[in-house]
Amino acid sequence: MSTEIKQRGSLELTLRRLLADRAGLISLTFIILLIAVAIGADGIAALTGHSPVAQFLDTGLTPTGLPVAPSGTFLFGTDQLGRDVLVRLAYGARISLAIGVVASLLAAAIGVTVGLVAGYFGGWIDVALGRLMDLVMSIPVLLCMLSLVAVFGPSVALSLTVIVFFSWTTMGRVIRGQVLSLKEREFVLASRSMGAGHLSIMVTDILPNLGAPIIIYATMMVPTSIIFEATLSFLGLGIIPPAPSWGGMLAEAANNSIYMFAWWLVLFPGLALLFTTLSFNILGDALRDALDPASMRNKVRKKPKKSPRAAS
Amino acid sequence: MTVLSVRNLNIDIPTGDGHVHAARDVSFDVAAEELFGIAGESGSGKSVLSQAIMGLLPGAYISGEILFEGRNLLALSPREMQRLRGNRIAMISQDPLSSLHPFYTIGAQITEAIRTHRKISQDAALQEAIEVLGRVGIHDPDKRVHDYPHQFSGGMRQRVMIAMAIVLRPALLIADEPTTALDVTVQAQIINLLNEMRRELGTAVIMVTHDLELLSSIADHAMVMYAGNRMEFGPGEAVLSAPAHPYTLGLLRSSPNHETRGALPSIPGQPPSLLIEQTSCAFAPRCSAAMEICRRERPPLREFIDGTQSLCWLDGKAADTAAALPAAPAEPEAIIQKDDIVVSVSDVRLTYGSRSIFGKSPGVEVLKGVSLELPRGTTLGIVGESGCGKSTLARIIAGLLPPTSGDVSIEGQSIIDLDRASWVEMRKRVQMVFQDPFGSLNPRRRVGSIIGDPFRIQNVAHGTERKNKVRELMEIVGLNPEHFNRFPSEFSGGQRQRIGIARALALNPSIIIFDEPVSALDVSIQAQILNLISKLQRELGLSYLFISHDLAVVRHVSSEIIVMKAGQVVERGATETLYHHPQHPYTRELLAAADPNYRKSGGGFADPRSEGATP
Repeated sequence: MSTEIKQRGSLELTLRRLLADRAGLISLTFIILLIAVAIGADGIAALTGHSPVAQFLDTGLTPTGLPVAPSGTFLFGTDQLGRDVLVRLAYGARISLAIGVVASLLAAAIGVTVGLVAGYFGGWIDVALGRLMDLVMSIPVLLCMLSLVAVFGPSVALSLTVIVFFSWTTMGRVIRGQVLSLKEREFVLASRSMGAGHLSIMVTDILPNLGAPIIIYATMMVPTSIIFEATLSFLGLGIIPPAPSWGGMLAEAANNSIYMFAWWLVLFPGLALLFTTLSFNILGDALRDALDPASMRNKVRKKPKKSPRAAS
Repeated sequence: MTVLSVRNLNIDIPTGDGHVHAARDVSFDVAAEELFGIAGESGSGKSVLSQAIMGLLPGAYISGEILFEGRNLLALSPREMQRLRGNRIAMISQDPLSSLHPFYTIGAQITEAIRTHRKISQDAALQEAIEVLGRVGIHDPDKRVHDYPHQFSGGMRQRVMIAMAIVLRPALLIADEPTTALDVTVQAQIINLLNEMRRELGTAVIMVTHDLELLSSIADHAMVMYAGNRMEFGPGEAVLSAPAHPYTLGLLRSSPNHETRGALPSIPGQPPSLLIEQTSCAFAPRCSAAMEICRRERPPLREFIDGTQSLCWLDGKAADTAAALPAAPAEPEAIIQKDDIVVSVSDVRLTYGSRSIFGKSPGVEVLKGVSLELPRGTTLGIVGESGCGKSTLARIIAGLLPPTSGDVSIEGQSIIDLDRASWVEMRKRVQMVFQDPFGSLNPRRRVGSIIGDPFRIQNVAHGTERKNKVRELMEIVGLNPEHFNRFPSEFSGGQRQRIGIARALALNPSIIIFDEPVSALDVSIQAQILNLISKLQRELGLSYLFISHDLAVVRHVSSEIIVMKAGQVVERGATETLYHHPQHPYTRELLAAADPNYRKSGGGFADPRSEGATP
């Protein structure tokens, strides 16, 4: 038997499974496009010649002072102040993505640390951290945000802090549960029997095994953070105008019910928000299927029966 | 009358790595009331075969024919198949706990099975359930029928599973490793029950197991599978006494059940990957009788006078050409200093749950005063059934668990209440090898770093020096040092256990505690690991504590044996003395249950006195 079957690495297998998932692939493409748009926002502004905050009183508003519908000059139309919606969307993507990604990374870091410590040590540490998570989850988010803005005034840093503070708990719970079962595994006992300390066991033995849930839940946390930021901006608690943000654009559209006339003011930011969150969610699902094939066994079976491939 | 007839069955299962060829041209017949055995190691395709018969392989490509009562099961619609399953073909799985629903009473589960296939009233079904429970040996069935699965012991649960399977009087019962999860003494009872039931009800039984000896001692016909091929087929007695295929012979010889001491004649190498299309004999690379033609062409089917069939190029039976197999080399006895005690355990007790925040609760006594001594360079075997406290004892000796009272000293130094630094220092002297070669290696770390872990943790040997030491260790345990950068999942069970042993050897310990090191391995691999373990002892002068539930394995490696039951030592003694003159009734029970000849005789336990009288 000279033909040796090369065993594929886990990374390669994961990628193969990920690429086989069409919905996941489409959402990944969309996210990459979105990132490109966010990075190239300056380029779009230069291309159209429209700054995100510039008001085009002559071309961007009708003689009666109403926004202009999508046209050759303004692909996505203009808003009530005569600004280009397309360019503002591109700049808004920057804020949304930056806040979404940074917030979920920070929240993941906190959640993983807390979950790891709580799950590994157990006992009163677990009880204390568990109650802390309960406490955070029971705080009314918007009320808290309102009072914080009232005291400190709205800012990006404040939005980020609030989003992180309210979203790490999910990750913390998931990780704690995983660690509870992982720490009973024999390889942890084996490390202990060799004299490894707590930190060494947590970092070199348990953490690498949490890769899949961390990636999945961090991805799933991105859309939540984006929506969170949009909500805050919509309520005027997040990004300070005139800096563009998707939530803020929706809020402006809602002002004076201008969306009744200018549908594009709601449609484009709304669609951007919808597709972005949807893509991240689908990608998260696809990642889970790819990283944890056991969870998608039922899907494989649905494939139509083909004749067996010619054996290699 | 033939109940089931399988003709030229080929099974291909698509996976991420390609198609797994799980069965190649397998044919067999099962007659009514027959006990048909399928034996094989893990990955031989034996379980896949039983799933194919049940129609539980929806994604697989199956060709050939499975004729059940004259109908081809492969051509049936899912609906018709559903009507057959449970009704005409029933299945018993390995783990009775996970196959019974924890939320419903067993009565509800049995009546559900009845009422799915037959239109009778709830009361009538319950009456039938009670009757069948009584039949499988459940006492007070009219009361127990309202109990939940967790209220039954493992053996009783398996009886309930059998009751559920036979209640509709199926024509065929498939038992997939029905006794593997059970203790030795319970195993014998379950096998007996299956045997009785098939005679009483005229049900044909297909029993799938890895235990060839058990199988061939009770089966009317036995089939030995290897890498998806039907290697040997024949009457159970013939397969056991005069195996025709070299693989069967190798399997039987590598089992430590026989009176062999010293190196076991193991089968070298590992089973082939099923992803490869076989063009020659699948066993040829591991076969000691392999000829040139074996590596070139698929072997023909040979038939012998006693009804055995063998898929082999050998003209005669492998059993007759036993000389072709290498004889076990004689080995020098290790020099043992009896008075040099390395481990001494005195009156160790462990009680769980005594410290509760609600004051003193009675607590569970896991260890009730265990004492033992281990002289340098010897092996002390600890035998007992699950829950007897043997693994807990191992963890206490390894210093991973503090005892409630009592003392453990390693090379004269007590390990109780050590400070952190000396505890870490103590790790260099005692090492453990764990049972589960899949659980004891971190799946996300490379083999090189797993074996290098002891160096990292103890902060000795850095950089290239560590790397060289790891390679050296890999060579000692018979691993290819080239595989330094692989992940544990890329290794087979036996190789993983070698990795575990290499890791334990890294710091030059004086004592290694083996906690069921071979119970998760196949027989042919088990022999390799047992040989490695005893080779290392001779070469490095190690002292072993060897824990196992399998008396034959312990007997093979140990010079002295301790028998444990319910947290206590019930008997101890030199291996041969204990084996031939067991004193305690429990030891006799264990011995009797572990002996395949005993199992064959069925019935109750052999008379212990006669056994003791004739050594």
